[in-house]
Amino acid sequence: MIQALWKFEFLQNAFLAGILIGIIAPLLGVFIVVRRQALIADALSHITLAGIAASLLLGKYFTFWQGINPVYMGMGFSAAGSLFIEQLRKVYKHFEELAIPITLSGGIGLGVVFLSLADGFNSDLFNYLFGSVIAISRSDLSAVAVITVIVVIVVTLLYKELFFLSFDEEQANVSGVRAKWIHFIFILLVAFVIAVSMQIVGVLLVSALMTLPVAASIRIARGFKQTIVYSIIFGEVAVLGGLILAYYLDIAPGGTIVLLSALILLVVLLFKRMKQWKS
Amino acid sequence: MSTPNNLIDLQNVSFHYGDGYVLEDISFSIPEGAFVGLVGPNGSGKSTLIKLIFGLLKPQKGNVQIFGKKINKFHDWSKIGYVSQKANSFNSGFPASVFEVVSMGLTSKLGLFKFMKAPHRKAVMDALQLVGMSDFSSSNIGELSGGQQQRVFIARALVSQPEVLILDEPTVGVDANSTSDFYELLGKLNKENGITLLLVTHDIGTITDKVTHVACLNKTLHFHGETNEFEQFNEREVSGFYGHHVHVLSHDHDHGGI
Repeated sequence: MIQALWKFEFLQNAFLAGILIGIIAPLLGVFIVVRRQALIADALSHITLAGIAASLLLGKYFTFWQGINPVYMGMGFSAAGSLFIEQLRKVYKHFEELAIPITLSGGIGLGVVFLSLADGFNSDLFNYLFGSVIAISRSDLSAVAVITVIVVIVVTLLYKELFFLSFDEEQANVSGVRAKWIHFIFILLVAFVIAVSMQIVGVLLVSALMTLPVAASIRIARGFKQTIVYSIIFGEVAVLGGLILAYYLDIAPGGTIVLLSALILLVVLLFKRMKQWKS
Repeated sequence: MSTPNNLIDLQNVSFHYGDGYVLEDISFSIPEGAFVGLVGPNGSGKSTLIKLIFGLLKPQKGNVQIFGKKINKFHDWSKIGYVSQKANSFNSGFPASVFEVVSMGLTSKLGLFKFMKAPHRKAVMDALQLVGMSDFSSSNIGELSGGQQQRVFIARALVSQPEVLILDEPTVGVDANSTSDFYELLGKLNKENGITLLLVTHDIGTITDKVTHVACLNKTLHFHGETNEFEQFNEREVSGFYGHHVHVLSHDHDHGGI
């Protein structure tokens, strides 16, 4: 494996992208989960698919467009979708959760129509739905790297505001935290992270990377910072372990990563139960 | 005209949302060092009055002055601490330690892009010490009892060292024993630490032996003055605006309660 890793660029790309996504997906996931918005990642990943499909469609008609990485358009759609969700939440004040199914089904509908127009029902689509390690190019990797740097810097700088808003929005407002702006920035970050993580685990599984490590961490961590640290550790174990297992067993990496996250969650829950049982 | 030692001063303030006044011609002040109990039944406009003090609502008539400044010229909000009625309605599974919850109180004082340093951490521990919760600093907030959580939220309001602390129905959902300990704590903060307090409550009986001033609100201000004057304020009038008979002055604390 180590030899193969030296030899094949696509493996290096996969591992490096995996390491970075293993940091940023759970990092943002912590804030999403504690705000009870775990499903937002699902909605945005489906919108991202629509963006990728739109990019493939444009590539069919304009040759120059084929040189542009479809992930960028995916990001654009995802960002627009995130703002759309915020608007829907305001419109349906008393049914906030409606924003998720509306966006999710709208996204997948749009994606399917674009794909059929672009003759995209082929192995590419399969890659986007379930992730493909082989498909990660150097350009994809640099997109992941740029997003990682941005996410880590922004979350570090706005950490106390994000934390306060997640815990108690009303009190944060009274204390002069600019909730609107910070929400806006945060949701954009989520949209970008989903767009870049999709390539490893795919549209259908991307939200797992944002929620499963956090779900495990939240059971055993003390305090918010520790929750973040554990979430990232679990995320990394799942991504790296999943990639290695997938390589040796020759199975789908996206699915393996998600199953490994679920296994970690299970172990943590059992550990917690045993600890409670002992005391 | 506001006297300089009135930290919060409302002059002839009236407010309505749609038709009909919620608050009518309220003149209300909080002198420095006072412990003011603002009492009134549900729907009497107490929460509206607090929103006016924080500038979240603007009165249609009258003036609000904070620390001797007109409210629109006042910006130093870290001088006023606030503990909301809903403070302990947070998601009890939220993974935040007591220390982290109290640190939230420094958010506006620190400002954007600034990080906590050693003196800030000490301020958090001092605030916890003040409310008697320093042993719990690393516990998750959801693991504490309602009364303990309430103390933590007081610490969060105190950590930025405000001069005035406003508490909106802070004992809702807290058991009777913790409630009396809690009033004990407020009395101590007021007397020993010199913090000016405004306590908003519908629980009129238990507070009259702790507070220095009482204000009775139900759309208009029915009484506003020092506690000893309030004790002569006759019971018939109070029950009149509460709409039913209430025991205003039942101070049986010497007998150790029920």
